Amino acid sequence: MSEKKNVLIEFRHVDKEFNKPEEGVYKVVGDLNVEVRENEFLVLFGPGQCGKSTILNMVAGFEMPTRGEIICNGNKVERPGPERGMVFQNTALFPWLTVMGNVEYGPKMQGVKKEERRARAQKYIDLVGLQGFENSFPVKLSGGMQQRVGIARAYCNEPLVMLLDEPFGHLDAQTRYLMQDELTRIWQAEKRTVIFVTNNIEEAVYLADRILVLRNCPTGVKAEYEINLPRPRNYTDPEFLRLRREIDAVVDHTL
Amino acid sequence: MKQKREKINKYIIVSIISVCLGIFAWWLVTDGLEIFRSNVLPSPTKVLRTFGKKWVETKPDGATLLQHLGASLQVALGGYFIGALIGIPLGIFMAWNDKIDMLVRPVFDLVRTVPGIAWTSVMVTLVGIGFMSKALVIFISAMVAMVINSYSGIKQTKTVHLWVGQTFGASNWELLTKIAIPSALPMIFTGLDVALGASWTTLVAAELLASTRGLGFMIQQARGISRLDIVIVGMIVIAITGSILSAIIRKIGEHVVKGARLQ
Repeated sequence: MSEKKNVLIEFRHVDKEFNKPEEGVYKVVGDLNVEVRENEFLVLFGPGQCGKSTILNMVAGFEMPTRGEIICNGNKVERPGPERGMVFQNTALFPWLTVMGNVEYGPKMQGVKKEERRARAQKYIDLVGLQGFENSFPVKLSGGMQQRVGIARAYCNEPLVMLLDEPFGHLDAQTRYLMQDELTRIWQAEKRTVIFVTNNIEEAVYLADRILVLRNCPTGVKAEYEINLPRPRNYTDPEFLRLRREIDAVVDHTL
Repeated sequence: MKQKREKINKYIIVSIISVCLGIFAWWLVTDGLEIFRSNVLPSPTKVLRTFGKKWVETKPDGATLLQHLGASLQVALGGYFIGALIGIPLGIFMAWNDKIDMLVRPVFDLVRTVPGIAWTSVMVTLVGIGFMSKALVIFISAMVAMVINSYSGIKQTKTVHLWVGQTFGASNWELLTKIAIPSALPMIFTGLDVALGASWTTLVAAELLASTRGLGFMIQQARGISRLDIVIVGMIVIAITGSILSAIIRKIGEHVVKGARLQ
């Protein structure tokens, strides 16, 4: 069934190497071939420093593959662009702008008129549950609220694909659960293609339509799981726990 | 908030006590115990009397206190504003554009190692004793501080912030004006404050060497005729004016720089 869906992003034999002054060439990603379907919630799950962020940075266009290519919506990715929105682990909000200023930033750069972009920004501020905080500066907000702003900012630009780089990695466990629920709700309200990077197995099973388990450096796809559990999911559901165990068994554990 | 305010109140009270103690000690060694005679170290009361008289009297240096202060401010602020007007953009463009950096940096690195005051002789030879020579010396001192701070402010722009701009399709000019400059603003204001201090101290030093009016000149003249009371009046006026100017810049900074830095 899912095969019928359109492919939005395609990795074709993607290699990524870094030149480190002391160790020489260091291969982070090796021959990555992945198809990302339209409107699917894809989770890239893997151990510690296995190059997950590098993969996202390449989709975003911040970094270029050493070999191979990434195709997004029929075009080769060569630079960052508004059709690919990123949510960063450290939120990367602009501290000199208010919540509203941050969220409307994308449409503003695109030249959308003030009234229209205000309305659009308000819609996403409401969607992430931050009404009443439009004029607050990020420094006044909690970590979870800052990340909501980050999500609203990326959404407000109405990208084809949302790239989330361990967005809840810095949050405490309780806030993390809450934000996972929120993200599920937001994603169901406004379907987008999502590529979500995490090193947390529960988070992966809780959020994903499909999980790609990545191996350690140089990274590539080690295993693939379709998660067909109904949403909202339950962490203690037997099927949930079975999947969690099954996936845990194939992961390259690193210390 | 409440705790913070209490802390500020405590700080103010302690500052007042410390200033009072200082003045008391000064009074003690002069009028109080008469350890120093008044022509060696004038007492606080003598200085206060001189301060009162100097508002109207032009003796012995040819101008009233207000005229000296006005002359000094004119020169200091003139040089300061031109320094900021040129120094801030120069620092920003040096940090943003490698070619400009390569072109300007060698000269700038040489200039900045020379204390501003050392330019006085050159400037006096070039344009003579007067407004221009001093304004130019101050211009150099202020500009150096402005360039250094704006430069490092721009250089500290976070890569992820620029990435965010790029994903939103911002042009190179928009990345500079909408991301790099706003994130550099706190540093630019630090530069404005540092440059102000540099201008003010350089000015007084320049006036000691080359001037016919101004607080530095007043001090220099008084020293020549052993009028230490006038010297001290001059020093106090310099200190108070400097503090007020610095406070104004900081207030403007607080107003302009919103939200502070994250992380």
